[in-house]
Amino acid sequence: MGITSAIMIISGIGIIAAVMLVLAAKFMHVEEDERIGKIVECLPGANCGACGYAGCADYAKAIVEKDAEVNLCIPGGAAAAAGAAKVMGKVAGATAAMKAVVACQGFDCNTNKKYEYQGVTTCAAASKMFAGPSACAFGCVGFGDCVAACKFDALQIVNGVALVNMEKCTGCGACAKACPKSIIHMIPDDVNPVVLCQNTDKGAQTRKVCSTGCIGCMKCTKFCPTNAISVSNNLAVIDQDLCIACMQCADECPVNAIQLPNLRLYK
Amino acid sequence: MAKLASIFFSMMLVNNYVLVKFMGICPFLGVSKKLDSSVGMSAAVTFVMLMATAATWPIYNYLLIPNGLEYLSTIAFILIIAALVQLVEIILKKYIPGLYSSLGVYLPLITTNCAILGVTLLNVESGYTFVESMVASAGAGIGFLIAMVLFTGVRSTLEYAKPPKSFEGLPITLVAASLVAVSFMGFGGIIESLFGTF
Repeated sequence: MGITSAIMIISGIGIIAAVMLVLAAKFMHVEEDERIGKIVECLPGANCGACGYAGCADYAKAIVEKDAEVNLCIPGGAAAAAGAAKVMGKVAGATAAMKAVVACQGFDCNTNKKYEYQGVTTCAAASKMFAGPSACAFGCVGFGDCVAACKFDALQIVNGVALVNMEKCTGCGACAKACPKSIIHMIPDDVNPVVLCQNTDKGAQTRKVCSTGCIGCMKCTKFCPTNAISVSNNLAVIDQDLCIACMQCADECPVNAIQLPNLRLYK
Repeated sequence: MAKLASIFFSMMLVNNYVLVKFMGICPFLGVSKKLDSSVGMSAAVTFVMLMATAATWPIYNYLLIPNGLEYLSTIAFILIIAALVQLVEIILKKYIPGLYSSLGVYLPLITTNCAILGVTLLNVESGYTFVESMVASAGAGIGFLIAMVLFTGVRSTLEYAKPPKSFEGLPITLVAASLVAVSFMGFGGIIESLFGTF
């Protein structure tokens, strides 16, 4: 009864358990659609849940059994979508890569200051004090809560407004959550113009505080060939699904509030 | 019979594994946000506790004790429980798919849960017979269920509370858990009064 028997008994238990598991796996194997396994191999395996399913295996199952779209995996991107589409014999739609865009052009040269803020230099703190030092109560506070939230170094404060580097942006949405003014939007990564303003005050009021704020004049709605633009609360909104990127609205906007987001790169 | 009842209620209330022995805190804090998932988790824990006791008790008494290997019970039990949970998962998947899909998510999670290991180890250390061990496991599982369901209720109220910033999230949850645990101290002594001492 020395160490030998101890080792043998514990190893014996282990081996018996292993044999039982192998036999069980062999004889009680449940036939699963083999495509599920193939799709799981295409997916990143991070189980992040960005697709809306419980994990990569669950998403693969949904693709095969519930006919889910193959392009929902954001970390996997186009490669994962192409792989899954190949297994399913489908054509992969464009992967909906999202990019952050800061819907504000209240640069120091465009917007005045209400007061000089001296305090904790975060947007969350500054925006608690009379909606922030900027004269526009809706615009960027400029203390960079989004910059701190970004793990990819894709944001930077330039002249008092956060700008997104579209090259570095992965579309994770962390900045949008961090922004106390909710002016950072996640939009599809394509060439559609966006309204870079959140001000819902009446036009005259907006005009007083910012030279590039949307005044709700509705001129853009008249020029849009697909009726993609609607104005509510004195603020134009472009429906990204209808927009054909003809850029008529951007050309006609009297205050230049409509811009292409991907031109707003900083180097 | 009185002894079985005494063991059952003592495991359930007085020696509650979560709130008194502080075992299985991980699922207790992790899965107690929603009522249906906490009940699912508790059902899986109870099920695995019973299976694990049924498997480890004979091995301890008929294999480890005769060879003088009681000191290896921890590692042997880990081995047995891990293999057992895998086996149960395969069997459920094949023959009872309904139960598999309701317990399936939780089964692999509790393979290495210390409440399961704790029940099996404490059962053999207390010198229970096989039937007593099974009753103790059932009591421990029901106790886990009671703790989970109670705490889910506490936690749903906690969602609306506005604690100071530094207490938000896990700290206030732990404070709430400790208060629920203190309330279980109130059960101390009732087993002796109800069923006498053994």
